[in-house]
Amino acid sequence: MSRWLRQFGAFWYDFVIGDDWRGAAVVAVALALTALLVHAASVNAWWLLPVAVIGALGWSLRRATSGRP
Amino acid sequence: MKSLALFLTVFVACAVEAVEALTIVLAAGLTREWRSTFQGMAAALAVLGVTVAVLGPALTLVPLTGLRLVVGGLLAVFGLQWLRKAILRASGYKGLHDEGAIYARQVAAARTATGGSRRGVRDWYAFTLSFKGVLLEGLEVVFIAITFGASQQNVGLAAAGAVAAVVVVAAVGIAVRTPLSRVPENTMKFSVGVMLTSFDVFWGAVSWPGNDAALLAIVPATALVALGYTALLRRARAAARAAVPAAERSAA
Repeated sequence: MSRWLRQFGAFWYDFVIGDDWRGAAVVAVALALTALLVHAASVNAWWLLPVAVIGALGWSLRRATSGRP
Repeated sequence: MKSLALFLTVFVACAVEAVEALTIVLAAGLTREWRSTFQGMAAALAVLGVTVAVLGPALTLVPLTGLRLVVGGLLAVFGLQWLRKAILRASGYKGLHDEGAIYARQVAAARTATGGSRRGVRDWYAFTLSFKGVLLEGLEVVFIAITFGASQQNVGLAAAGAVAAVVVVAAVGIAVRTPLSRVPENTMKFSVGVMLTSFDVFWGAVSWPGNDAALLAIVPATALVALGYTALLRRARAAARAAVPAAERSAA
């Protein structure tokens, strides 16, 4: 049962997060920060998520390909 | 416009998953035996039906703000990794998804596996292969439909997009009875990655200047960024490969 649960968890991790959790973390933090700025500080931070996504994607791609011919 | 975009994105994303499930079902059915394959498929569909029946009403009990935040976060992460994989494939750093090759591997494994009947199923191998394939790809379809639908507060439309994709792929599969290797799956995955990321960015910011019309700028901008990264990686890869002699590469 525990082996099945582990495999099930690994399936969802691979499907949703994939092989780079750092990029995922950057986007999740940016999303939370956007919500905080909008609701707590009344700042319409529409620009934050696009910047974070472009940055996180570039960073993740760089780490995935550096040193690989 | 948002509804059409939602329907099309869910349709294409789910079609990709359905093509993968079809490859597994065809490998099991054509190589082993159809009755057990269909039994496995039916069992998986029953489990999926129960999952949806339990998850659907449970989602309505979660406060909407919390649900949208969690679903928004999941979608954002999911969209980013989908686009990342698509760019790595397009730039040559990751192998292209090849339905024909996957089918050949499944067929080879199915031919050598031992069968045997169990629990009223004539060929247990065909049953489990079909069950696992349909269940896992089906769970992905359910995830896409529920997260997209919940984000847009239109689960019905997202579910319609998912069902339409599965029906179309199944109908084509029944008609041609071969893996749909000619479906431009990698191009579809790239497009879905662009659409997923665009929606994530659009839904993540509470109020975009221009409201819904902002999507008309976000989608092409995301596509341009993705194509730009792909071009950069292709160039870097070509330069790196030119710098390393072929003999060294094959020795490594």
